[in-house]
Amino acid sequence: MIQLSEAQAKERIARRVAATLPNNGIVNLGVGIPTMAVDFLSADKKIYIQTENGMLGVGPSPRTPEEFIPNLINASRSPITEIPGSSYFDSATSFAMIRSGRMDATVIGAIQVSETGDLANWALPGKGVLGPGGAMDLVVGVKDVIVATLHTAKGGKPKLVPVCTLPLTALKAVNTVITEFAVFKFIHGEMVLVEHSSDVTLDDIKAMTTAHYFVAVDLKIKQV
Amino acid sequence: MAKIKTLHEVLNDLKSNSSIMIGGFGNIGNPKAMIDLIADSDLFGLTIIANDLGTPNVGLGRLVTKRKISKAIGTYFTYNPEAAQLYFEGKLDLEMVPQGTFAEAIRAGGCGIGGFYTPVGVGTELAKDTECREIDGKKYVLVRPIRADYAILHAKKADELGNLIYEKTARNFNPLMAMAADYTIVEVDDIVPAGSLSPEEIVTPFIYVDALIPMKRGDSE
Repeated sequence: MIQLSEAQAKERIARRVAATLPNNGIVNLGVGIPTMAVDFLSADKKIYIQTENGMLGVGPSPRTPEEFIPNLINASRSPITEIPGSSYFDSATSFAMIRSGRMDATVIGAIQVSETGDLANWALPGKGVLGPGGAMDLVVGVKDVIVATLHTAKGGKPKLVPVCTLPLTALKAVNTVITEFAVFKFIHGEMVLVEHSSDVTLDDIKAMTTAHYFVAVDLKIKQV
Repeated sequence: MAKIKTLHEVLNDLKSNSSIMIGGFGNIGNPKAMIDLIADSDLFGLTIIANDLGTPNVGLGRLVTKRKISKAIGTYFTYNPEAAQLYFEGKLDLEMVPQGTFAEAIRAGGCGIGGFYTPVGVGTELAKDTECREIDGKKYVLVRPIRADYAILHAKKADELGNLIYEKTARNFNPLMAMAADYTIVEVDDIVPAGSLSPEEIVTPFIYVDALIPMKRGDSE
């Protein structure tokens, strides 16, 4: 089976996430691969980014020192800019829009996803990850919860598992999982493989995935 | 109506073993001058209610480094490994709350609301000691309001009555905390005469503000 470098794998996931995001959708993007996805949006697609520290309509990173504003950051603490139509609001208003189901998608990382769509992404016991930030609110409240993650952890340890063994972020919250090799959807509570890349076989996916899943009748093979 | 005070006058108002809300998210929107003054003061045993504890020896991290805090309630302490270490050594109590629940609990505390039910956290270890109930077929957990003895905040501008406006993402928890403390203190870059701010742009009406600390522009950046 093909071995991808971590950077290649992450770029492939980010590209696939970009293709999934709805045109004119309002989305919240987590740190890392989710934020990378913005760079791979097709020219005819536009999204509006919400950041939970209180802004709708996040613009790109400042390109010049003049564009840099100390009091303008996203939830990853990176400097950002405004776009026409941006707005600011307090944190309760921010999470009101998150919790009430108005936002189209959130893209987040995962440590484990279970075959029933449970998500663990905030705490590795004893590793100094202290607090969920906004992750629990996002995955409970946003319409489409897209997990963007490497298919396995370091050393090939499965991340898509029968039952999460790490502290849960939320129960039955995940709608889509995008890895460098596969796309899974949760349909009526069942995990379904809907797509895999052309450089792996169904057996390869099976070997990397301890979660039980069904294979979609109209399974897509994505040429890479 | 807000009183205009100096940093040291405010410091003298504060008491050890009290609870203090501090505005800000990742060091943006922090009342930086007051935090520095508390770090170098004789105060101890503080319960700090803030989104995060900054980074080691920066922002609220200074209060961790100087061992001013006995307990912190917030959403994400990971950026401060010094706080993590003290927590694992049992020297600092950390209460972790999902961020939207934290914001709403402070809002409730400021609004005379006795608590609320949220679907966030159902089935997780953060909700294991709280009441869970089903409403119209959906599961929720009970969250109690959060209040504090003091709120120490940052705003971009105040008028002399204490009406506040904020700057960009430095707003975050500041307007919520202004409403949820017995005594609300705000570091402001500028104080302008009443009437200079448009009534339409005021985010926090002066009823919520007890003391203003004017900073020279740049001091609290």
